[in-house]
Amino acid sequence: MRNNILIAKDIVKQYGNYTALNHVNIAIPEGCIFGLLGPNGAGKTTLMRIINQIIAPDSGTLIFDGKPLKREDIAKIGYLPEERGLYKKMKVGEQALYLAKLKGMAHNEAIEKLQFWFKRLDILDWWNKKVEELSKGMAQKIQFVVTVIHNPKLLIFDEPFSGFDPINAAIIRKEILALSKSGTSIIFSTHRMESVEEICNYIALINKGETVLQGPIEKIKKDFRNNTFSTEIKAEKLILSDYFEIIHQKNECYQIRINNNATSNDLLNELMKNGEIISFEEKIPTMEDIFIKAVQDE
Amino acid sequence: MNKIWLIIKREYLIRVRKRSFIIMTILGPILMAGIIILPTYLAMQGHDERSIALYEEGTSFFDKLNKSDNLHFVKIPFEEVTLLKEDIGNSPYYALLDIENKGTFTLYSNQQVSLSIKEDIENKIATILQHQKLEEAGIDLQFLQENNAIVEVKTIIIGEEGETTGNAEVSFGIAFMCGILIYVFIFMYGTMVMRGVIEEKTSRIVEVIISSVKPFQLMMGKILGVALVGLTQFMLWILLTLIISSCAEILFFDTSAIASESMELEKEQSVILSELLKSVAGINIPQLLIAFIFYFLGGYLLYSALFAAVGSAVDAEADTQQFILPITIPLILSFILMQPIMDNPDGVLAYWASIIPFTSPIIMMVRLPFGVSNSELIFSMSLLVIGFLATTALAAKIYRTGILMYGKKTSYKELWKWLSYKG
Repeated sequence: MRNNILIAKDIVKQYGNYTALNHVNIAIPEGCIFGLLGPNGAGKTTLMRIINQIIAPDSGTLIFDGKPLKREDIAKIGYLPEERGLYKKMKVGEQALYLAKLKGMAHNEAIEKLQFWFKRLDILDWWNKKVEELSKGMAQKIQFVVTVIHNPKLLIFDEPFSGFDPINAAIIRKEILALSKSGTSIIFSTHRMESVEEICNYIALINKGETVLQGPIEKIKKDFRNNTFSTEIKAEKLILSDYFEIIHQKNECYQIRINNNATSNDLLNELMKNGEIISFEEKIPTMEDIFIKAVQDE
Repeated sequence: MNKIWLIIKREYLIRVRKRSFIIMTILGPILMAGIIILPTYLAMQGHDERSIALYEEGTSFFDKLNKSDNLHFVKIPFEEVTLLKEDIGNSPYYALLDIENKGTFTLYSNQQVSLSIKEDIENKIATILQHQKLEEAGIDLQFLQENNAIVEVKTIIIGEEGETTGNAEVSFGIAFMCGILIYVFIFMYGTMVMRGVIEEKTSRIVEVIISSVKPFQLMMGKILGVALVGLTQFMLWILLTLIISSCAEILFFDTSAIASESMELEKEQSVILSELLKSVAGINIPQLLIAFIFYFLGGYLLYSALFAAVGSAVDAEADTQQFILPITIPLILSFILMQPIMDNPDGVLAYWASIIPFTSPIIMMVRLPFGVSNSELIFSMSLLVIGFLATTALAAKIYRTGILMYGKKTSYKELWKWLSYKG
């Protein structure tokens, strides 16, 4: 059993009469990439701000690395907020150095680390340029560097790929995966479900300030299986018994749900009588399906 | 503490290195020195001579309207009057003075006659008329002139340190200068803080920073950094003003052209100077200087926290109007009150305005050159400290919520709600 890098217990946050978080419980296993999902206004950003101690919860506790979260722990957390930017009039290197020092790094160490990362992302030439001269994608790279510069144990990315072109998004994704491999725990918040399936091991779905579902992504997907199979079959008309229900048809492709106690073998048997089967597989729900279903069921 | 120092350093350096700061620092003293030097310089240059056409029946006025330093009267015959009235612009005369029946005086010109010329002519005519009447009454003018008495009342202030010579004019001048400077500084650097906060919000860097430092640290770092900018600029201004005005003095006023008169002038000057020094000695200069720095910093801290709160509550500088107004009202009020308080520096209004923290930075500085008791001063200063601690606490609450609000139009109701949110 893995340790949890962060546990949020019973977090409540209210703004006047509006409840942003209503007894939220989340456990983030060490070393995983944890997808924090939810529709707009669900409370994701509020939760991330609470973890970063930007705002305080009304009640509830946070356990970081086995101990209650303290002010000093922010040096072990890196946060890339969704609303992110840089001082436009300041030079890139000077600014990165400033932000690194604010994280508590010493001058020399910060310079060394910055040069390493600037070289790695091929942005060393921009060191003496002003931020206003950079494109949005270039500025995003610098923001990424200053988020990870102090080697945090926990990284929090809020929509990290927004504003990146596909090539730079791929570079950043590669870096995030490399950081995960080296043992950094990562919280990853996004609306883009395909990137969730691609890189997350765990997810939590928040809706209207409450945790709707949470766990390893494979397990959640299994839980959301609904005995639906898709098949392509050469048949003029598909005739099936009452055990099976055709829920979708397009040309010779069918989606069939199995009812009662029938099995996939029973379905195959009946299909074979109808014609030649080209393909047959279980239809596993995508994260997007799960997301929409979970939010609508609420 | 280390982090707040980093913020102060950035806020200070980024502003001191700006071109606009350097230009302002250099231009400020030049302007100030100009204000001091230019009038003196111009006064030495004399004025343009203007000729004025004069028409009257007889010569009773013309004989006595002597040519003064800048006015020259030319008597014209009646035929020319109508001609001149039609086209005075192309005539060599500046204006036409028409004297009818010894009672009405009319000045014709193609443009508004300058106030000083009008007054000059009025004075001359008045003197002539006065002299006429005196002569008619049989009073010897020569006797009158010889016995013209000049009296000057010396003012002495009996204070704790004995007697000192007072000078109402000098006190007035210093009070006015101090009041204006504090007013300008609070406004200038207060809005500088506000702009800084808005810049951090619109560039979206603020959330990146407050994931490393507390919002309060960021706000205080900015406020203190800008305060240092203000002090730096103030010190440089004083230094440069002194250098420039002393250079200018040597350049403009010690040339050989006026060397012949300089002996006389020097004597006069030294008398004026020593008088001036004596009356300045009546004012407690160290107290004034310490109080100036204190009230500048105190007033600035009080207001800049509020300016920072306003900056945090809006998305763009254009939206600041509705929140800026209540902040600027006490400032502008103190500015308006300066004049009545200089006229009556010990009145009830002056007392309370120099005690209440929102007006005290300007008003106390205005009152100080006229003498304020130590107990009053300490009372006012302590209230100012309490005042800025209170506004800072209040502003911090608005600030920490405001900086994270994007794209919403904020109302006063909203601000009130923010005050109740838990950190």
